[in-house]
Amino acid sequence: MNISGSDLILAFSALGAGIASCAGIGAGMGQGIAAGHAATAIGRNPGCKGDVTGTMLLGMAIAETTALYGLLVALILLFVKPLG
Amino acid sequence: MSNFIPVLQSSSESGADIPFMIEGLFSYKLFGQTFWITTSHVCILIVMLILIGFAVAANITIRKAQEVPGTFQNIVELIVDTLENLIVGTMGKKGRVFVNYISTIFLFILISNVSGLFGLRPPTADYGTTLALGLITFFIIHTMQIRNHKPKEIWEELCSPLPPWLPIWVPISIIEELAVPVSLSLRLFANILSGVLIMALLYAVLTPVAIAWPSVLHGYFDLFMGAIQAYVFCILTMTYTKNAMGEHEEA
Repeated sequence: MNISGSDLILAFSALGAGIASCAGIGAGMGQGIAAGHAATAIGRNPGCKGDVTGTMLLGMAIAETTALYGLLVALILLFVKPLG
Repeated sequence: MSNFIPVLQSSSESGADIPFMIEGLFSYKLFGQTFWITTSHVCILIVMLILIGFAVAANITIRKAQEVPGTFQNIVELIVDTLENLIVGTMGKKGRVFVNYISTIFLFILISNVSGLFGLRPPTADYGTTLALGLITFFIIHTMQIRNHKPKEIWEELCSPLPPWLPIWVPISIIEELAVPVSLSLRLFANILSGVLIMALLYAVLTPVAIAWPSVLHGYFDLFMGAIQAYVFCILTMTYTKNAMGEHEEA
């Protein structure tokens, strides 16, 4: 089986896209921490449920941004034609 | 060999197999450059027509407003009231100037994101749209900063952790300022694009069994994510603008 340079480029861009998706790890941990603390806060003071939920969703959406940068890198690697 | 990567293969050959790309519909030449009218333009036009139609209908209803509101008048009043409470609650009394702008942006982003449900390609899944929104926010932030602060205060804020005669920190502060529109627009763009992409891949791979149950995913990606992202964009715009306006007018 002959492996040419363009095959290697395609293969490594797919690998790189997979590795870039590891950005989701940090965002997942951050969102989990936010949700956990929100659950604790609501457990302590159920009256503040509305406020806590709004703040939690906002914080989670911002924590998600880093994962989305990883997604963008993966998309660029997959869909922008690497061979010109 | 490239059969193992069907997505990559289809994109490097035709790009039209999985229908999530922006497609050009019509091209024209201007000043030696080729410009394209794409699906984003068409979808943005449809969203604008919906919003304009809604605005005209609301205007007619409010002009002959009744003491006991009908259904449509109730809905319009509810929307305006909610948005105004949100904006004034976040920005304080002097944020009342921004109620019109933020409400417009919120409704536009919301309708754009939700338009994926009606078979359009959401205009916010095009980086051009979101970059324009982010740049508007950027200019508002800096206009408010220049209007509400003296040049000396702006300079002090640029070198803020260090004293103003030691401007080592200035490049980092400038990069931080420039990152605001980029991160705002990329957040909105990537969130909506990920929804569009996942739904397109799902329909491309699972067409025979995609009966009724993708509606749950549509509800999550289009409705929930769209609403959250519109809210986040507006809240962040308001927070940045409020910070730029400073506190010294509060009294």
